[in-house]
Amino acid sequence: MFESLQTKLNAVFEKLASRGRLSEQDVDLALREVRLALLEADVNFKVVKQLVARVRERAVGVEVMQSLTPAQQVVKIVHEELLKTLGEPARLDMSGPAPHVVMLVGLQGSGKTTTAAKLALSLRKSNKRALLVAADTYRPAAVTQLEVLGKQLDIPVHSEGTKISPPEIVRHALQRGREGAYDVVILDTAGRLQISEEMMHELEEIQALAHPQEILLVADAMTGQEAVNVAKGFHERVKLTGLILTKVDGDARGGAAISMREVTGVPIKFLCVGEKTDAIEPFYPDRLASRILGMGDMLSLIEKAGETVDRAAAETMTRKLVKGQFDLEDFLKQLQQIKKMGPLSQLLEMIPGMGRATKDLAPDVTDKQVRRIEAIINSMTIDERRDPHLMNAGRKRRVARGSGTTVPEINDLLNQFRQMQRLMKQMSSGGRGLRGAFSDMFR
Amino acid sequence: MFGLFRKTAAQQAEDDAKIQASLSKTRQGFFGRITTIFQANEVTDETWDELEELLIQADLGINTASQLVAHLRERVQRERLKRVEDVRAVLKDELLKLLAAPPVMTIDEPRLLTVMLIVGVNGSGKTTSIAKLARYYKARGKKVVLAAADTFRAAAIDQIKIWGERTGVEVIAQAPGADPGAVVYDAIRASQETRQAELLIIDTAGRLHTKYNLMKELEKVRAVCARQVHDAPHETLLVLDATTGQNAISQAKHFKEAVQVTGIILTKLDGTAKGGIVFAIEQELGLPVRFVGTGEKADDFAEFEPKAFVDAILD
Ligand SMILES: Nc1nc2c(ncn2[C@@H]2O[C@H](COP(=O)(O)OP(=O)(O)OP(=O)(O)O)[C@@H](O)[C@H]2O)c(=O)[nH]1
Ligand SMILES: [Mg+2]
Repeated sequence: MFESLQTKLNAVFEKLASRGRLSEQDVDLALREVRLALLEADVNFKVVKQLVARVRERAVGVEVMQSLTPAQQVVKIVHEELLKTLGEPARLDMSGPAPHVVMLVGLQGSGKTTTAAKLALSLRKSNKRALLVAADTYRPAAVTQLEVLGKQLDIPVHSEGTKISPPEIVRHALQRGREGAYDVVILDTAGRLQISEEMMHELEEIQALAHPQEILLVADAMTGQEAVNVAKGFHERVKLTGLILTKVDGDARGGAAISMREVTGVPIKFLCVGEKTDAIEPFYPDRLASRILGMGDMLSLIEKAGETVDRAAAETMTRKLVKGQFDLEDFLKQLQQIKKMGPLSQLLEMIPGMGRATKDLAPDVTDKQVRRIEAIINSMTIDERRDPHLMNAGRKRRVARGSGTTVPEINDLLNQFRQMQRLMKQMSSGGRGLRGAFSDMFR
Repeated sequence: MFGLFRKTAAQQAEDDAKIQASLSKTRQGFFGRITTIFQANEVTDETWDELEELLIQADLGINTASQLVAHLRERVQRERLKRVEDVRAVLKDELLKLLAAPPVMTIDEPRLLTVMLIVGVNGSGKTTSIAKLARYYKARGKKVVLAAADTFRAAAIDQIKIWGERTGVEVIAQAPGADPGAVVYDAIRASQETRQAELLIIDTAGRLHTKYNLMKELEKVRAVCARQVHDAPHETLLVLDATTGQNAISQAKHFKEAVQVTGIILTKLDGTAKGGIVFAIEQELGLPVRFVGTGEKADDFAEFEPKAFVDAILD
């Protein structure tokens, strides 16, 4: 559904074929696309206006660098401005004496309870003991939910049912936090609308008695234009110290983060990326900026590769790739490495421009494809793998029998491999081949 | 029996009032400003840009907003409209057109057991909406049973059981971690045999529409319904948080593909979010909004009335 901004801008500048300095006209054409992309990503329209104005100021008259296309140049400026707005990542403030109080606030259904458990777990990993506090007495079974999570993780939960007022519960919890020498006390508060006077007053009460060191707004990555008013509303009543963006594992572009950050000026501290209690990550502005621009999450992919792929082998592979000496033997090794990294469909999502394309690919289909490709290559001799041109009709029939496939399937693979080799060469010179290569392979 | 499900004038007025009340903030914030724009002297190019921005701000999305403005502009020119009131009438008309006239819900058709499947992303308001639906249909004389097929989220079963008690409706549940398909199978059997229920509403675990395995699981739940009861599920409603931005379209698309969603429940309209994504979803996917959620209590709920909705936000 979304094309990356880069692709759109490529189209804009193809018509212009302009080099040299970016004229006002070029820039305005490009900025139309930039505006659309940001709005599609749910960045608040006022914030979009400011951003676009800043980009315009910087882009007009800029010399297009030798190494970049005009489109890349504009994307680079937009990306930089987004980065500036997103700001530096920040950790939990753990200065001063323990226990440190962390209060989670937000709208209904934004994910506070799960996030509380995730924070407690991640703190334990850095040897900090957390006490979870069930201060949502409104939503049916919210207390039980936190208790269940605490039990699963073996993390203590302070709960007093639903009959006692949340400020009172917090008061008791703080005492228990001090007596039990906990490092951190995490308050899970009820979801509330920022316009609900009564409920916002309750937050102020809790704030006044607990003096939380961190007041974190937990917000859904899918939030639309209202993100601005929600963040502003909470910030005005209880001074926020940070933001947590949840449900980032979906396909929302997450422009709300930019909006919230712009109106509050507080840092984004964590991203939540799944329902499991360990699915919480530090925030990397670079990745979020790319995501908002629909540029995929190449960095996560590279990091993931870093965890599983043997570095020296990867370097040899890259050298071969660039030189176009990549053969089927290498390809097989590569597939096996990729398989170690996890389900293919998940990996493909991280590649720029691939995100949406892969939504249509079911993992069982892609993984079946991979198995078939493996079977075919395994049935080939080393010589054939090194030089696919050796594959004549007779050899193809033999490989088909050996791998339980058919000659047309083998032809397909060989064709695609040749195409891929070509595309890889283009890509290493900065084209946009990867998407095509992959979608062809798994058609 | 049918009469029970047709709204009385009083009910209608009550529903309209709920929508009105929940949107009054919206009216001032959003369409209030549209009125201001139109009150300003002449309609200029800038006016249209501003109007487009206002629609975008209401989460209608850039496509819907720009199309709407283009239509409006063309009509205003063609019909040589100058008066603010006329332009507003045309805007109202165009907005209404986007919501079309949806086919009537098939819930009330006579059959032994009607099955409603409720789906959506995490935290959108499924379980609460199910409590509201239970109360709503119970008040209209149906024997309602709920199936607790969210066996995944911590305390989800406890949550729906509490709602069952509050609304006086039976909940059929198994242990946490049970297979949702098995829960639904049991619930249908029980509804048909011992409980003699007329309406079974199924709560499902929240899931992001991009999760392949979880969507497959949901397809299986749907298949169980289809196998057990003719034509079931008779309605599959996607619960959508009005605060959601453009991603709602992707949600609706994926859920529709996986489990043939037939309509939308738009929740949290008591907040400041405008719920404008409804226009885009109706336009792009033809999914009508059926109900709106206007608060956390079981009676904070109303049937969606396109006319009342548009009226309420423009007047
Ligand atoms: N203000 C307001 N809150 C609502 C509305 N509907 C639901 N909520 C609240 O939203 C939160 C989440 O609601 P649930 O019904 O638990 O949502 P769910 O979709 O079942 O959540 P999961 O099962 O965890 O995916 C709760 O705090 C509800 O009280 C509404 O119309 N207005
Ligand atoms: Mg639920």
